[in-house]
Amino acid sequence: MATLASGLNSIGQLPARRRLPRGLLVASSLIAALLLLPLIFLLLEARQVGWGQVSALLFRPLTATLLGNLLQLAVVVTALAAGIGTGAAWLVERSDLPGRRLLALVLVLPLAIPDFVVAFGWVSILPSVSGYGGAVLVMTAGLYPLVYLPVAASLRGADPSLEETARTLGLGPWRTFWHVTLRQARPTILAGCLLVSLALLAEYGAFEILGYQTFTTEIFTEFQVGFNAPAACALSLVVVLLGLLVLAGEGTLRDRGRGTRAAHNSRKLISPQRLGAWRWPLVGGILLLIAVALGMPIGVIGYWLAQGGSSTLPQSASVGNAALHTVWYSAAAAAVATVLALPVALLAVRSPIRSVRLLERSTYIVQGLPGLVIALALVFFALHYLPFVYQTSGLLIAAYAIVFFPLAYVAVRASVMQAPVGLEEVARSLGRTPWQVRWRVTLPLIAPGLAAAFCLVFLSAVTELTATLILVPTGVQTLATQFWAFTGQVSYGAAAPYAAAMIAISIVPGILLGYWFDRRQRLPRGSS
Amino acid sequence: MTRPTVATSALAVRVVLVALGLALLSACGGAAGRPQTTLVLYNGQHPQTTDSLVATFERQTGIQVTVRSNDEDVLADQIVLEGSASPADLVYTENSPALEYLQGKNLLAKVPRSTLAQVPARYNSSASRWVGVSARVSVLVYNTKMLTPSHLPASVLNLADPRWKGLLGLAPSETDFQPIITSIAHQYGRAEALRWLDGVKANAGPHLYPDNEAITARVNSGEIAIGIINHYYWYRLRAEIGSDQMHSAIAYLGPRDAGYVIDVSGAAVLKSSKHRQAAERFLAFLVSHQGQDLLAHSDSFEYPLGSGVATVKGLRPFASLQPAPLTIEDLGDGAEAVALLHQAELL
Repeated sequence: MATLASGLNSIGQLPARRRLPRGLLVASSLIAALLLLPLIFLLLEARQVGWGQVSALLFRPLTATLLGNLLQLAVVVTALAAGIGTGAAWLVERSDLPGRRLLALVLVLPLAIPDFVVAFGWVSILPSVSGYGGAVLVMTAGLYPLVYLPVAASLRGADPSLEETARTLGLGPWRTFWHVTLRQARPTILAGCLLVSLALLAEYGAFEILGYQTFTTEIFTEFQVGFNAPAACALSLVVVLLGLLVLAGEGTLRDRGRGTRAAHNSRKLISPQRLGAWRWPLVGGILLLIAVALGMPIGVIGYWLAQGGSSTLPQSASVGNAALHTVWYSAAAAAVATVLALPVALLAVRSPIRSVRLLERSTYIVQGLPGLVIALALVFFALHYLPFVYQTSGLLIAAYAIVFFPLAYVAVRASVMQAPVGLEEVARSLGRTPWQVRWRVTLPLIAPGLAAAFCLVFLSAVTELTATLILVPTGVQTLATQFWAFTGQVSYGAAAPYAAAMIAISIVPGILLGYWFDRRQRLPRGSS
Repeated sequence: MTRPTVATSALAVRVVLVALGLALLSACGGAAGRPQTTLVLYNGQHPQTTDSLVATFERQTGIQVTVRSNDEDVLADQIVLEGSASPADLVYTENSPALEYLQGKNLLAKVPRSTLAQVPARYNSSASRWVGVSARVSVLVYNTKMLTPSHLPASVLNLADPRWKGLLGLAPSETDFQPIITSIAHQYGRAEALRWLDGVKANAGPHLYPDNEAITARVNSGEIAIGIINHYYWYRLRAEIGSDQMHSAIAYLGPRDAGYVIDVSGAAVLKSSKHRQAAERFLAFLVSHQGQDLLAHSDSFEYPLGSGVATVKGLRPFASLQPAPLTIEDLGDGAEAVALLHQAELL
């Protein structure tokens, strides 16, 4: 598969004559090694348990049911998220949908709302939203931005002239979308789908509240009841295997595509696609999506805020203090993850040979691993090799960067793919060194991708709970840990301010993200 | 012409680099040593319960205590993973099995006799490695619109009767559920416990919940009619939403019924602690009159166990409870209950 992959890829994209940049290769290998630490930990732990114990847990009807639940959910939610995410991105970037500049921003925000808050919101208002239907609803509403954001970014960066040409040649809007836009965006859509399916494999909090059991909730249960971490780790390896299958599937599909057209002379869209009679139904659809994904959880938090905390129990950290820590850790992790994603993306896009592609794909595995497992792995390695970093903010930031690396990577990769190699070659021919070229030419070209990566990781890290509980410096509270502490106490009124703060601080990068793209679009560009 | 793009891009890149630099700084800053008199407490108890105790202890002794809260079983796993390098001085859990497990791993230090003496011996570790701090009792919770007290079973075993089909809710992964299973297995044998689990599983059907909080809330909302919980979840829900919103009540099982179980919350000093004396003072404080009095008055709604302090929260008096004859050692680390839950495919 991989040979075929690299062959096809080089046809679509680049001449294969380039030398492997050694610096990038070394950096990328180190990053991949860092990201594989959790897997090594799982293998080490799993070795401690006898096969008998693992097989007793693994080979029973319940496992089949739970795996079935997981797969059924992953397939349906991924398909829905792909459809909704791509459709919304097209509407915002290519159509004359009213209020699309605002929507571009609002549509990202569901990512900022913790899935457990969304699930809690639904269950507390409509208890019938549970089980499979509830899981599909909550996860689709929470995860479609993982498709929407990279696809919107790639549409915005992509050259619209192909689509316009197609339209002037008489191709209808639907066929233009299907044959031109979709084809251009395909690798990005697939990358988003990959993130959605892997995130579903790792999801736990929402399913627990919704009462939908999957193989992953079973793993968490093993961690929480059995005092048998090794057995739970052994079960986690099954999820890793599933993740590898998803990766292989996405790889096969991606390789069949041709790759995007580089936006050499990317310019402003001349005339957005008129929606005509579809305009208002589509507005309605988007508003419904926003109501479900954003309005509902915010409404429930508002309700609990209004109820107030009848709990007389003391608060261990003020909302402000917890918010400061949350912002700080999340921003640092977002920066680290983005910086780490850059060399891997440059290497993978510019030198897509077989071994590089394997290296690249290995970095996705963490997305399918529960944060709890990644945190325990870091406990293990930190105490063995770097005891002085244990339970420092540095280690927590590293954990976040690892957990959310794939998010950063997808955004960075999408923009690297669209940055024209030609400009770099011109700069090289003018006598610049490779690093000068990267700094002066490549970096500015891919900056939107870096910004998107930063925001994506930030939004997700703000809500991280299970790894935080294990690795946060002792005594420090984040918004997520405080929310958890109060809901565990049934003090929903007291928990609500923390959830509200999580959403409030996530709106800032959301607005930045929207503003950034908007500005770029309106900037004067060289005409092609 | 492309200048503005480059300028804004470069700005973003600079922002990222500055953030990265700050991240590195923080990594170094975080590693700075703590003052000597700071204790680290790994807390599996409800954080608010612990916080009020810690605040008073700090005021009184000048010894600082930093708290790390998490699910008690994950904390236990973390302590085992940390081994002798554990930064924790103390561990405080909601249930005895977590402590018994750490005791079995030889990670707990002996508790001074004077501290153990504050609490009736049957609520302490038999190996003197942890001290009981507070207790809870398992009770039935039922929806008062759907059931009257005359409907209620006298024994937990009856919950497996088909008449509870569709009415019962279960939280198989809730730590408080395991002692009930252990107790049934202890009184009636493993086979009977497994039959019971099969029965309640069939009765619960899709009504499986993550924890006692959820069972209590769902009984109260009428989604299910009955469940078995630890008493304090009902009192806490009432404190949170107000008496007028309560459509449920709790009921005690028959005297010495297998489902009538006392769960003990306790604390211990880790063997690896480098502040043994200060940590022992914290244990002593927990079971002192003052510490127990704090618990008795707090909204945790638990029974204080030591120094002769009784609860003031309107609970049925601890001394009048008639629980199953089950010792802390019988409860053990809960491994048998978990094995049964696996066998019944509830986990």
